[in-house]
Amino acid sequence: MNTMNRRKFIQLLGGSSVILAALGPLAACSKRATTTGRVIVVGGGFGGATCAKYLHRFDPNLDITLVEPARRFVTCPFSNAVLGGMRDMDAISHDYTAHEKRGIKVVHAMVQEVDAPAHKVTLSNGQTLAYDRLVLSPGIDFRWEDVEGMTAADAQSIPHAWQGGSQTTLLRDQLTAMPDGGTVIIAPPGNPFRCPPGPYERVSLIAHYLKQQKPRSKILILDAKDKFSKQPLFMQGWQQLYPGMIEWVSGSEGGRIDEVDVATRTLISELGDKHKGDVINFIPPQKAGLIAHKAGLTNNDGWCPVDQRTFESSIQADIHVIGDASIAGKMPKSGFAANSQGKVCAAAIVSALHGVSMPEPSYVNTCYSLVSPDYGISVAAVYRYSKEKGIYKVKGSGGVSPKDADAAFRQQEARYASGWYDSITSDTFS
Amino acid sequence: MRSRFLTCLFPITALLLAAATTSQAAGISQGAMLSNSCAACHGTDGKSPGAIPSIHGKSSQFISRTLTEFRSGKRPSTVMGRHTKGYSDEEIRLIAEYFATLK
Repeated sequence: MNTMNRRKFIQLLGGSSVILAALGPLAACSKRATTTGRVIVVGGGFGGATCAKYLHRFDPNLDITLVEPARRFVTCPFSNAVLGGMRDMDAISHDYTAHEKRGIKVVHAMVQEVDAPAHKVTLSNGQTLAYDRLVLSPGIDFRWEDVEGMTAADAQSIPHAWQGGSQTTLLRDQLTAMPDGGTVIIAPPGNPFRCPPGPYERVSLIAHYLKQQKPRSKILILDAKDKFSKQPLFMQGWQQLYPGMIEWVSGSEGGRIDEVDVATRTLISELGDKHKGDVINFIPPQKAGLIAHKAGLTNNDGWCPVDQRTFESSIQADIHVIGDASIAGKMPKSGFAANSQGKVCAAAIVSALHGVSMPEPSYVNTCYSLVSPDYGISVAAVYRYSKEKGIYKVKGSGGVSPKDADAAFRQQEARYASGWYDSITSDTFS
Repeated sequence: MRSRFLTCLFPITALLLAAATTSQAAGISQGAMLSNSCAACHGTDGKSPGAIPSIHGKSSQFISRTLTEFRSGKRPSTVMGRHTKGYSDEEIRLIAEYFATLK
C-alpha cells in the first residue's frame, strides 16, 4: 500500500486516532493475505535488478526477493572507460537501496540449490525460500575446460575483466604499470559471448590511454572470429585516431588461441604461433552462469533454452531465465538486452499470476561504443516475437551508425553514450 | 467497543485492498509494453537523468509527430531513425498516448 492509497484510505474511514492506531498492523496483515504471489529473482545485474523493479511496478502487491551476492554491482558497460582512465570504479558501481525502499527484499547470498519440483531455493546463508515463480539472471561463466594451460585462478595474473569488479581494477593496474613501448594483447572469444562490440571498444579506449601516456606501445588483437560487431566503424576510427597502433588478426589467419602459457604470459594459437605480451587480456569462451547449470536449465551448448515470449525455461516450469544466460533468438547478449528482457519477463509473470493474457512482447537493443571519449558509434534494433521465428528483428529497423558521419555526429553519439549509461543504470538500479 | 470496531474494519480493509489488487491486475497495456523499451535510454517513465532528452511530460501529439518525423527522416537523428523504423503508426500512437498519461 503506497502512501497515497493509505492516506486516501484513512480519509475514507474518518481518520480518528483509534483507527490510525489500528490501521498499521491490520494493513500489514491484510497485505500479506492479498499478496499476488512470491517471486524470487536471482542475480542483481541488468536483467535481474530490472525484472525485480518492473515486477513491483506492474504489481506492488507481489512478494519479491532479489538474491545477489554483491552489495554493490559493478557494471561491465563503461568498465572500458575505467581502463581508459576516463572514469573511476565508483562511477560504475550501483547498490540496491532503491529496491529495498520499494519493499523488495534484497538478500546478499548465493543460491546453492534450486529444487524445482518443490519450488524452493536454498541459499549460502542457510535460508530456504519458497517461490511461485523464479527468475534466474545469472550472467555468464567461463569455459575454462576449453582453454589449455589456464584455470579460473590464473585470471589473477591474466585478467579477463569480462565480469565487472576486481578484474577491471586488475587489468587497469597492469596497464598503468606497463612501460611505454609494451605490447597489450587482447584475445576476444568466438560467438556467442557477452557484449559483442565490447572487446573492440576496449581496444579503442586502451589505445586512447596509451596514446596519451605510452605512445610507443602496441595493441595486438588475436581474435577467434573472422569478423566482429561494428567492424568497419571501429576500423575506420582506429585508422583515424590511432594510426599504426592496433593490429587485428582474424581467427582463420592465426588469431584463434587454444593454449595459454601463464608463467611466460604467452598465448599459443591453434597454428602453433606464440605471442608474448606485457599485458594480456584473454577473454575466455563462455556459457550460462553456474546456477543455471546446477539447476539443470542448460542445453548441450551451455546456454538456457526458453520460451522467448515469456522467458520461462523450456526445461523447468515456473522458472524463467533472462539476460546473457538465456537463448533469446536474434537478441545479442548485452546489458541493454537483459534490461529489455527483464521487463518482458516481469510482464509475463504478473500476467500469469493474475490469470490474464500478457501484451505482445516488444524488445529493444541499443549499444553504444566509445572509440575515444568524444567519438561514439552505436548499434540498435527493435525485436518482436513469433511462434515460428522466436525473437526476430523487425525488418527495416536498427543497424549501425552511418560510416560517412562527420565529427559532430560522432561527438553527439559519444555524449549519448554517457547519457545512455546514466539512463540504463537508473532504469535498472534506481 | 474497540474489538467490535476492528472486526468491522477488517473486511473493509481486505475488500479495499482486494479491489486495488484487481485493478492493478487488469492487465499491462500494449502501450506500456512498447513504451517500457524507451526507458532504458530515456529513463524510467521517460525521465532522463543525463544527456538523452526526457520524454516525460510531453503531449501525445508532440511524441507522435516527433517519432513519425524521425521515421521518415524529416527530422534528423543519430539513432532514433533506426529505432522508429521498428514501429507501425498504430504502435507510435500507443507509445505517445502511454507517455501522455504519465504524471
